Amino acid sequence: MSGWRHPSMGHMIDRTSPISFSFDGTPLQGFQGDSVASALLAAGPRVLGRSFKYHRPRGLWGMAGEEPNAIFDVQEQGLGCPNQRATTLPLRAGMALRSVNTRPSAQGDWLGVMDWAQRFLPAGFYYKTFMALGWMRWEPMIRRMAGLGRLDPAHMPAATTPALNALCDLLVIGAGPAGLAAAKAAADQGRVVWLLDEATALGGSLRWRGGEINGAPWAEFANATETAVLQAGGRVLTDTTLWGAFDHGSYAAWQRRANAPDRHWRLRAQQVILAAGAIERPMWFANNDLPGILSAEAALHYLVLYGAVAGRRILLATGNDASYPVAAALAQAGAQVILADTRQQTPPAPQGVRHMPGATLSRAHGSRAVGAATVDGHYIDADTILVSGGYTPSVHLHCQAGGKLDWAPACDALVPRPGTAPMATVGAANGAFGLALALAQGHAAAQGAGPAPQATAPAWGLAAIRPNPQLRGRQWIDPQNDVTLKDVKLAAQEGYSAVEHLKRYTTLGMATDQGRSANFAGLAAMAALTGRSIAQTGTTTYRPPFVPVPLGVIGGLRRGSAFDPPKRLALEPQHREMGARLREYGGWLRPAFYGTDEARAVQSEALIARKTVGLYDASPLGKIEVIGPNAAALLDFCGYVPMSSLKPGRARYGFMLAESGIVHDDGVVLRLDTDRFVVSASSSHVASVRMILEEARQDRFASKDVFVHDITCNWCTLTASGPAARALLVQAGVLAPGSAAHALPHMGVIESQWQGAPLRLARVSFTGDCAFEISVPLRHASALYTALDAARTTLGGAWIGLEAVMILRAEKGYILVGKDTDGVTMPHDLGWSGPRSKRQDPYFGDRALFTAEAQRPDRRQLVGLVTPQHTPLPTGAHIVPNSGDLHSLGFVTSSYYSPFLGRPIALAMVNGGRDLMGETVGVFHLGERMQAQICAPCALDPKGERLNG
Amino acid sequence: MQQFPCPFCGLREETEFHFAAEAGKPRPEPAAQVSADRWAAYLYLSAAPKGEAHEIWVHRSCGEFFLMTRNTETRAVLATQALPGRAGE
Repeated sequence: MSGWRHPSMGHMIDRTSPISFSFDGTPLQGFQGDSVASALLAAGPRVLGRSFKYHRPRGLWGMAGEEPNAIFDVQEQGLGCPNQRATTLPLRAGMALRSVNTRPSAQGDWLGVMDWAQRFLPAGFYYKTFMALGWMRWEPMIRRMAGLGRLDPAHMPAATTPALNALCDLLVIGAGPAGLAAAKAAADQGRVVWLLDEATALGGSLRWRGGEINGAPWAEFANATETAVLQAGGRVLTDTTLWGAFDHGSYAAWQRRANAPDRHWRLRAQQVILAAGAIERPMWFANNDLPGILSAEAALHYLVLYGAVAGRRILLATGNDASYPVAAALAQAGAQVILADTRQQTPPAPQGVRHMPGATLSRAHGSRAVGAATVDGHYIDADTILVSGGYTPSVHLHCQAGGKLDWAPACDALVPRPGTAPMATVGAANGAFGLALALAQGHAAAQGAGPAPQATAPAWGLAAIRPNPQLRGRQWIDPQNDVTLKDVKLAAQEGYSAVEHLKRYTTLGMATDQGRSANFAGLAAMAALTGRSIAQTGTTTYRPPFVPVPLGVIGGLRRGSAFDPPKRLALEPQHREMGARLREYGGWLRPAFYGTDEARAVQSEALIARKTVGLYDASPLGKIEVIGPNAAALLDFCGYVPMSSLKPGRARYGFMLAESGIVHDDGVVLRLDTDRFVVSASSSHVASVRMILEEARQDRFASKDVFVHDITCNWCTLTASGPAARALLVQAGVLAPGSAAHALPHMGVIESQWQGAPLRLARVSFTGDCAFEISVPLRHASALYTALDAARTTLGGAWIGLEAVMILRAEKGYILVGKDTDGVTMPHDLGWSGPRSKRQDPYFGDRALFTAEAQRPDRRQLVGLVTPQHTPLPTGAHIVPNSGDLHSLGFVTSSYYSPFLGRPIALAMVNGGRDLMGETVGVFHLGERMQAQICAPCALDPKGERLNG
Repeated sequence: MQQFPCPFCGLREETEFHFAAEAGKPRPEPAAQVSADRWAAYLYLSAAPKGEAHEIWVHRSCGEFFLMTRNTETRAVLATQALPGRAGE
């Protein structure tokens, strides 16, 4: 318990609004405005979690996305959210924080014994050991012991995050001094600027480091920038993390909003300026992972913004000038501060600070938290150690966009190589440490007019600090994934000296902080061990996301029923009223059957449709109008069966092939007039058929001579099928006895009027019975339904669902493309070889029907099957020889029990099937070999007499 | 996500577009005179150049097919134009 709350400092918090929360069951208090991290720091608990592998105690390190340790499962209002980073999470009343990967708590985790075994658990231990012992057996145990937080299965966050697109002239990432200068310079010239920052307020490090710009407090400059940006039509978004740079200058940003759904922005800008700042590096000494060791920058951040003081007796170990204001501020706040600088030449010591120039920290002491330290062999009493091992520019987005890096010795860091990514990097992200430099770079990158904003703060001096392999004790390189300097050495010894190998072998930098604080040390250590420079050693690949982004944010609103919304029938309420069970068929929600007992309902519906009349909703059936003088020619080219010879008022069944000769779709084409056709594509193929027609139209035809127009969703189609179909239409007033429509022959089509509405009547049949497709514009659907349903009742007919329709069409051997055909089925396999042998004119797929493969005599062909059993054959079962060797000759594609025939029926695709008529074959399913006889696909009324009603 | 310039609608989101074919591959006709190799090449062999590529895309929102020249390495769209005879209709 070393952190404390300063009585007056901390402008972010409202001391009049205390907030209660708990950590591992202990009740604690913070203030409105606190982050979870600042509240915990001020409240005192130091052990906030356990490390991933060794379960070592770990405490708060940083102040933002680089935090490797303070990660919690958060319970709020009874719902849990896993792996929340304390540094980026605002404190809310009633939050229950639970440390991750600890049993039972961070303070008393019994798996801490793992740390005693560390000597035996180097990098690669688990793979080397448990692969030999049977990985599958041990994996569950190892996984339980490692890992992070736990998902709360009850917590399904609502799909409320909208994805929004935006365009701007200039996108500025980061609103620190460099970003502010860039945004102001561009906005002053009237450019539309979007200025984004992941913090809750503008200013970046100015918020805790302070400073004057143009001789006035920096906040005035920040306010002027915001005003200028807004006036020029731009946006300023705080609490917004730009998490990914993608192709073609497109960027993704996650905006968090209090009491409102998050937003996901997809941004595109003419120019992009990256001003993401830099992240402080740790220092490397024995036990450098003990709770109570914090980033010096973070300590200043917590002090100034939240009044949370890291400790009372503080050792600040550094090698750069930036730590001096930190020491000064902490001393002024009332802490005892010892400042140990690795350099002999240093700035003057701040007042009230004990200064140790040329001193190196070699060890931290303590079991669960820092109690003391060894500096140059001296034992120094301290409850807190602040460290600054230098700064690493935040170049992630530059690298995500494909940018390269250069080693810059002056700032001891890898900085973006200009011109390698489609963005300019400025300020600390570019290695430009110091206020004046940051302002100048931001102003210049935005092509600012006039002089850059002025500041007096000088550039920092710094000394390079590296892990020291000679030092005794464990030096932690990656605290979140428990990688030590020894592991890096082992990787080098075993030949994994390339950075990408090092990363995978040791898991260095693979944790959720993405190696923010670890990667530099890892590659610097590897460079030293292999005698290469840091530039030669290189870095691992940077990939989005910059911070963990909730999947719900990326998924946006496209979840649940909105993920792939089915198309709905206009008459869905009427179907539901009648007890329809709806299922998705080809993207449409359609009645499968009516009632509750599926097996019985389907059989009864199929039987009634054969005996009297069945009604079904065929609205999803394609209605693609092809209009114009060239309409027939277009359909001839796109179709397999020519339509130009079709007479107006008639319909013809045909196929549409792919250029590979494969059957893409089948359906009926209606010719309403010489220059007007309607293509009844199958319901699931409407969109693709339309595109095939459209492509051919634009590619081959004078475009004003033919048009393609999809009106599928504008018309309702109800189908009446069965011996009483004509009677039903007469009764419903759709057909007048003695009229032309009443005498409509099979495959006839006529346009007429019904109750003042246009009505199209087509006598086409998918069932083998006399059937009428009655189509009206959607607004008349309800009236048509009412009229037909009343007539149905008096005639004893039934509404039938798609499952019964499937039986009816299978009885007749009518195929369903995609069910009875697959990706190799050609029309002649289905018995439609006429056009193939007769047509001379070009048509889609023509040449492919004559390849060697297409001419093979043993191609799979459509046949029917008769089984002596009473139960239907399993769909998908393989056709095999009747005896002897088991090998597949094809498979069952459709199989049902026919209530009208009183026996099972089946369709199958069988190798050379048409030459096997009458032969007995085996049907193999789940180890059982049944028998069936090959027959014609049509099992009912082969002469087609029922079509006449 | 990228934006593509449809010759008819202007700059629109990538998700509104679909690749259709490589440009400059006329359909071999008549079928009776097309060798199997030539047909296979038409169906399955694409140049897939590294760098500048000429492709036919379709803007699904307006239904128009058009010619797009783009760099397959950088994914930059270099030019789009309406198919011959279709501009200005």
